[in-house]
Amino acid sequence: MSAVAANYDKLQELGVEVISVSVDSQFVHKVWNDQELSKMAERDVPFHMASDGPGNVGKVYGVYDEAAGVELRGRFIIDPDGVIQAMEVMTPPVGRQLSETIRQVQAFQHVRATKGAEVCPAGWTPGKKVLKPGPALVGNVWKEWSPLKDH
Amino acid sequence: MAEQKAGCARPTGAVVGEPSRQEKSKEQLIEKEINMVTAKVGAKAPDFEAPAYFRGEFTTVKLSDFLGKWVMVCFYPGDFTFV
Repeated sequence: MSAVAANYDKLQELGVEVISVSVDSQFVHKVWNDQELSKMAERDVPFHMASDGPGNVGKVYGVYDEAAGVELRGRFIIDPDGVIQAMEVMTPPVGRQLSETIRQVQAFQHVRATKGAEVCPAGWTPGKKVLKPGPALVGNVWKEWSPLKDH
Repeated sequence: MAEQKAGCARPTGAVVGEPSRQEKSKEQLIEKEINMVTAKVGAKAPDFEAPAYFRGEFTTVKLSDFLGKWVMVCFYPGDFTFV
């Protein structure tokens, strides 16, 4: 979570609100911010640190580990209509890559801005080639987009 | 010293001196969960309201208060863990 705090400005530029969730109390969140996270991120945690003591929120999101009594690493991107556009769930020992979340948000925002007229192929980042789905593109993606040159 | 696997506290469902009612409470839990919406990609997110710490204050955060904005919800195993 320190990586999200340290790079929070990038998320703000994209208009993304952040809520972190764990089974720890809000009081422990404060102490974690004060004692550790603020030193790692060189700033106080700027987002909402929610407490899900009984794991009720984690259960409906499918990320609560009943046996361990903790939540897995689960990341959900939710659009302005409240629709979940992406999710990534990992077991605890490996951390996430925030730049991948940012890339996905940018891609979903592009699709939304074009009302689905343009879609983002594999490895898309802003400025790269988009595709316009339609009858003319069927069977012709290979002419428009190359996994070797455009990926 | 033998290392004990960290678990979490849970009630047995019974008072002291009586046999555990965990079996029953588990069934009740499953029954309760059937009625709950669950998270699916492409579907509306399950709403929640939770106590929170936000910029020096103890607050309540509600997902649906952010309708109209992009939101990233991040679950993680625990404060003061290593990764």
